[in-house]
Amino acid sequence: MASELAIRARGLSKHFGELKAVSKLDLEVPRGEIYGFLGPNGSGKSTTIRMLCGLLTPTHGTADVLGTHVPDEAASLKPRIGYMTQKFSLFGDLTVAENLKFIAEIYSYPSEQRRARIEELLDTYDLQRQRKQFAGTMSGGQKQRLALACAVLHSPELLLLDEPTSAVDPQSRRDFWANLFLLAESGTTIMVSTHYMDEAERCHRLAILDRGVKVADGTPMQLQADTGMHVIEVLTENTSAAQDVLQRHDNVASVTQLGIRLRVLIPVKTDAPQAVVEQALRSAGIDATVTASSPSLEDVFVAVTMDAAERDA
Amino acid sequence: MKRFSRLNAIIKKEVLQLRRDKLTFGMVFGLPLIQILLFGYAINTDVRNIKAAVANQAGSHLSREFVADLGATQVVRLVANAGSAAELEALLRRGEVSIGVLIPPDFDRRVADKNRAAVHLLVDGSDPTILGVANQLRAMPLRFDSAPPKEQREDLIEVRPYYNPERRTPVNIVPGLMGVILMMTMMLFTAVAIVRERERGNLELLINTPVSSAELMIGKVIPYVGIGLLQLAIILGFGQLLFDVPVRGSIVDLYLAGIAFIAAKLALGLLLSTAAQTQFQAMQMTIFILLPSILLSGFMFPFDGMPVFAQYIGEVLPTTHFIRLTRGIMLREAALGEMTTDLWYLIGFTAVAMTIAALRFSKRLD
Repeated sequence: MASELAIRARGLSKHFGELKAVSKLDLEVPRGEIYGFLGPNGSGKSTTIRMLCGLLTPTHGTADVLGTHVPDEAASLKPRIGYMTQKFSLFGDLTVAENLKFIAEIYSYPSEQRRARIEELLDTYDLQRQRKQFAGTMSGGQKQRLALACAVLHSPELLLLDEPTSAVDPQSRRDFWANLFLLAESGTTIMVSTHYMDEAERCHRLAILDRGVKVADGTPMQLQADTGMHVIEVLTENTSAAQDVLQRHDNVASVTQLGIRLRVLIPVKTDAPQAVVEQALRSAGIDATVTASSPSLEDVFVAVTMDAAERDA
Repeated sequence: MKRFSRLNAIIKKEVLQLRRDKLTFGMVFGLPLIQILLFGYAINTDVRNIKAAVANQAGSHLSREFVADLGATQVVRLVANAGSAAELEALLRRGEVSIGVLIPPDFDRRVADKNRAAVHLLVDGSDPTILGVANQLRAMPLRFDSAPPKEQREDLIEVRPYYNPERRTPVNIVPGLMGVILMMTMMLFTAVAIVRERERGNLELLINTPVSSAELMIGKVIPYVGIGLLQLAIILGFGQLLFDVPVRGSIVDLYLAGIAFIAAKLALGLLLSTAAQTQFQAMQMTIFILLPSILLSGFMFPFDGMPVFAQYIGEVLPTTHFIRLTRGIMLREAALGEMTTDLWYLIGFTAVAMTIAALRFSKRLD
């Protein structure tokens, strides 16, 4: 059912000269969901979002966004999408209220309802006290709320957010996500790129990008179930020695240190993974508590990007 | 209706930002004022008081009278006496004087002889204006009150400066200055205004809204048309107030020519903005066009005196055509209808530059 998809992309690629920023990306984003794009810097998240809103022309492949073909039909798409750039892109020398008014005029928002809509947004995004402040002088969190208010002013069907929380504190991030859930509940499809695991975990569905390639997608739970890895947690005082030993072990795929804990990924084909780890540490004379754990999204991320590295090699 | 609302939104925003940008706002009014004072008072192509030395080897009554006449012209100021040509040369070389007047011992006889020069002027040719002054002195009529020669030499050519009989520099400079000031501000402001939005990231937001490229460009440019006309009024007003520069032709014609020129310069600014990535680059490109516009437009040097190659470059520059129009309308009382070639050039230039700019400015990032 195509109409239930907000975005459908097939083989979407973007090359900048030799660099393949995005390679053969297939995407299906259902309407009304929050769809996450997880990946490190340079993994092609921004490039993909820019292709989806018609700012960049794909080198290969096609994309249908809200039933319109981009980039050639991008003009008719603009009034129906909202876009929040990675860098704050509103006018620093205009006040909060002036910025909102400008955006309302640009989107030809009905003039008789304009004032009411701006007041509503100032309330929703907690900007009433800043209404006469110049946007350039606001804090990161305030700027981000203003940017979101401007992006949703014309009630778009699809909201594209490019790393919206990269410059704000944890509390602002929580508030921001609360707002996103409200928007999703009211039927807005949201595509958001991030490099924070906790944010990715909040999405209904997500895709993990690594160097321009989609290495996994699905709901967070699916992804966690499908890692293909056992997760063993090691609690020890001698973390660096333990890490050394485990990293050299044939059955161990990766070791990540979290304080005095080590998270060890072992492919599912290995039997009794906990015993393998215990055995390895004991023979190295390292005292440790070993427990089995379940994969977190971070483990998923480590596992899938590791696969990609092996595939490249 | 939507189109108008969007255009209107861009214009209002631009004006609001312009009013808050103290530096730009200051430049809008300060630049014409400073330039007109600078060019009006400090620059004077009608040269006077050039330092000169005299070596009077004749020492006769007639020669002393000649030296007195020379001083009375005020073109030269006699600051030293020398004994010989060698001494004059030394003074020249040290830069103490720019002109050496050598009066040979047989001065009285030479004056009477048509075929021999009576006086030698040793001129510092390293400064072309001084050479010009020396040529001016050559034409100085010698009237010896005490002993009128039998045959008074008549000048073959008499100069009658039309349109600026007093030969006042400001009258000549101000019409050209309008072109230079408008060119500078219009081109720079538009180029920087768009590039600044690109640098700050505003453009990425704007091109993701329903605003079209044309609305964006026209909306950004329109406020500057108003500013350009304001600057025109400032220059005209102060030109008249301080230097009595006349507007002999129709003021309406002058403003129409102004609008055509402003449009040409704004279009050029837009074109530059599509090529520049940073404000600094925009600035550099502006200067690249600024210099030839000052030097080759006929503002500083007479257009017809330039080498043909330089004239071709001059013809391409809109400033050249605008300066012709302003000098024509303000000083020669010409009607715009009599100078259609220059007017059409400005209109054509605008159309071409605007088209290229609109084609180059896409709503995409790649």
